[in-house]
Amino acid sequence: MMTGRMIWNEVRGLREGIDLGTPPRDGQPVTLSINGVDTTVPAGSSVLLAATHAGVTVPKLCATDTLECFGSCRVCLVEIDGRRGYPASCTTPVEPGLVVRTSSDQLTRLRRGMVELYLSDYPEADLVGGWSEFHTTLEQVGLADGLPADHPYRHAEHHHQQGVLDESNPYFLFDQAKCIVCSRCVRACEEIQGTFALTIDGRGFSSRIVASQNESFLSSECVSCGACVQACPSDALIEKSLFPEGYHRADSGQA
Amino acid sequence: MSVRIFVPGDALSLALGADDVAVALTAEIVARGLDAQLVRNGSRGLFWLEPMIEVEVDSVRHAYGPVTADDVAALVDAGLLTVSAHALALGPTEQIPALAAQTRITFERVGVVDPRSLDDYVAHGGYAGLRRAFEVGAEQILADVEVSGLRGRGGAAFPTGIKWRTVAAATATPKYVVANADEGDSGTFSDRMVMEGDPFCLVEAMTIAAFVVGATHGIVYIRSEYPQAIDMMRAALDTARAAGWLGPDIAGSALSFDVEVRVGAGAYICGEETSMLESIEGKRGMVRPKPPLPAIEGLYGKPTVVNNVVTLASVPFIAAGGGDAYAAHGVGRSKGTLPVQLAGNIARGGLVEMPFGVTLRELIDEWGGGTRSGRPVRAVQVGGPLGAYLAPHQLDIALDYEAIAAAGGLLGHGGIVVFDDTVDMAHMAKFAMSFCATESCGKCTPCRVGSTRGVELIERIQVGVRREANHAQLLELCDVLEHGSLCALGGLTPMPVRSAMTLFPEDFGLAPGGA
Repeated sequence: MMTGRMIWNEVRGLREGIDLGTPPRDGQPVTLSINGVDTTVPAGSSVLLAATHAGVTVPKLCATDTLECFGSCRVCLVEIDGRRGYPASCTTPVEPGLVVRTSSDQLTRLRRGMVELYLSDYPEADLVGGWSEFHTTLEQVGLADGLPADHPYRHAEHHHQQGVLDESNPYFLFDQAKCIVCSRCVRACEEIQGTFALTIDGRGFSSRIVASQNESFLSSECVSCGACVQACPSDALIEKSLFPEGYHRADSGQA
Repeated sequence: MSVRIFVPGDALSLALGADDVAVALTAEIVARGLDAQLVRNGSRGLFWLEPMIEVEVDSVRHAYGPVTADDVAALVDAGLLTVSAHALALGPTEQIPALAAQTRITFERVGVVDPRSLDDYVAHGGYAGLRRAFEVGAEQILADVEVSGLRGRGGAAFPTGIKWRTVAAATATPKYVVANADEGDSGTFSDRMVMEGDPFCLVEAMTIAAFVVGATHGIVYIRSEYPQAIDMMRAALDTARAAGWLGPDIAGSALSFDVEVRVGAGAYICGEETSMLESIEGKRGMVRPKPPLPAIEGLYGKPTVVNNVVTLASVPFIAAGGGDAYAAHGVGRSKGTLPVQLAGNIARGGLVEMPFGVTLRELIDEWGGGTRSGRPVRAVQVGGPLGAYLAPHQLDIALDYEAIAAAGGLLGHGGIVVFDDTVDMAHMAKFAMSFCATESCGKCTPCRVGSTRGVELIERIQVGVRREANHAQLLELCDVLEHGSLCALGGLTPMPVRSAMTLFPEDFGLAPGGA
């Protein structure tokens, strides 16, 4: 009998370089159906990991296999037979015999609706030619060109496009205009580095990433390990070396 | 024997001047050398009569209200300590029609007992439930709770017996019992009234829960806006502990259980059970994904019973008298009684405990007396700020979780807020989105960003800017909120918004049927 660890090793071998969405587990094998195809993953894995293992791409933003699942971006929604609503695949553990669909007209609508909300508070000038995970997700949901010209969200009065631009750290910068508040940086700081230098300040629409007690990155407890920069899916935290001429917000206006 | 005079000390009566009345009464008692003592009880829930004082004469309580401090001297002159025919006299309290017609089970002792007296609690049947639990054992009590059909009164209406059985079956230790007293829904106050009027009932209920599931530690999580309830619960816990009803080997049983009060910091979202657990753990109040269920991995990752205060307060009755006595009330899958809270534009607001099955119209017209303004009812919001609006033609719905859900609404925590025909329902729809925006924990995107976009869309609809496009987008947004949100705050906000648009399209400048 294959142990969970053996299955995981196989998964890792097959899928090297691919983000599984959630961290690997090494429980006993569990078989479930993803879009009609049976796939087997270790117990404790997420449906998102199972889908990735099955070769299915599920759009996502807050999930990555180096961090525990969080369930905030709501882009990786799926349909599961016998379950109400549209569970997030990253926070749903696999169970034997689950029948999962990762695409449908309704899922497409919901994912687009979700990503439109992100786009209502993201600099439009940074959409074209971007290569971040956020840009990949935009392509996956069919919004690579941003919001349509007549979309009501284009007139959003509330946004963070004049938010904090923190260039205090010598190696990286934080541009709040591009932050999608997925908390990957906060979780990376906790789970990977164990520094706990980052947190979310405020609540609701005012929620934003801050370092220590709302200080600059340089004066905070940040140790410049770079885990947050690596984790950021939307270029809000980004290395300064990419901008030898200096960083400039392409467009200070609202998208 | 000195005469007992009851002056309510709950938050609502205090807001209406009950302390001034108490001071004036004390002054009269002292000045006239009367043989009387003041008891600060909870409210009977007849808010239009508060502050309502009661005088116990020959074991019968006679009510007077609403009393102001200025009335006190005249009341005493008129023979308050015997039975007076003063203009404020309401007769024997138990015969006041609005009280006599209720079925008070959960609220049996609220307003009756001295909430600071453990002896009074026991004299009124207190601790009969726990005593029986010790006699018949945990499994029998669990069966009673299942038979009773009791469902979560915080809003989700999940069967309490199933939840308890899940925790009882969990093997991890320690286990916890958490009472959710973060009563944040606008227009609701039943949790507060239990804590202020009958705090030992909650202590006993939590102890019964602990006995059934094998928990050792309990927490009452009370919102900071309830200072009187916080004070009362702390006092009750101290008293119960001193009397051996909390701590090691409770009442000679092998049960060891203690309870502490934790105070919220002003976040509606911390009434959501997983956010509340985060808050108790000292973390930012953010919603956890489920699974895992708190019953399996709750507080500090351990099996945890999380119940609303009113749910728990219904348990001592069930434990004392068996599940059938409770299940004898109600209709369909909605067993027992519901303490309904009447608020908003209503002539006689307050608490009405009735078996499920009474109609909304009876509650609003017969108990509530219609609007306070005297104008026609235009809309009723049932189930708190996330509940649907109902129009007058829908009010014959029975109070029943399934019937109200079938009508597109939710019963929630049992709050009913009435609006007259001057209400602007576009404004109320905007308020729903605005409430979500203000109270969102900021974790999931639909709620964090969507609620603010919802406010903006409705504002543009209100002023007539691209009305059709914004309206269509608002409906799309409601779908995203309903299906995409992490918890019920974002998930249910579309209920009041959609129902306002469907029932009152003219308030949005839309043609009838446009929504």
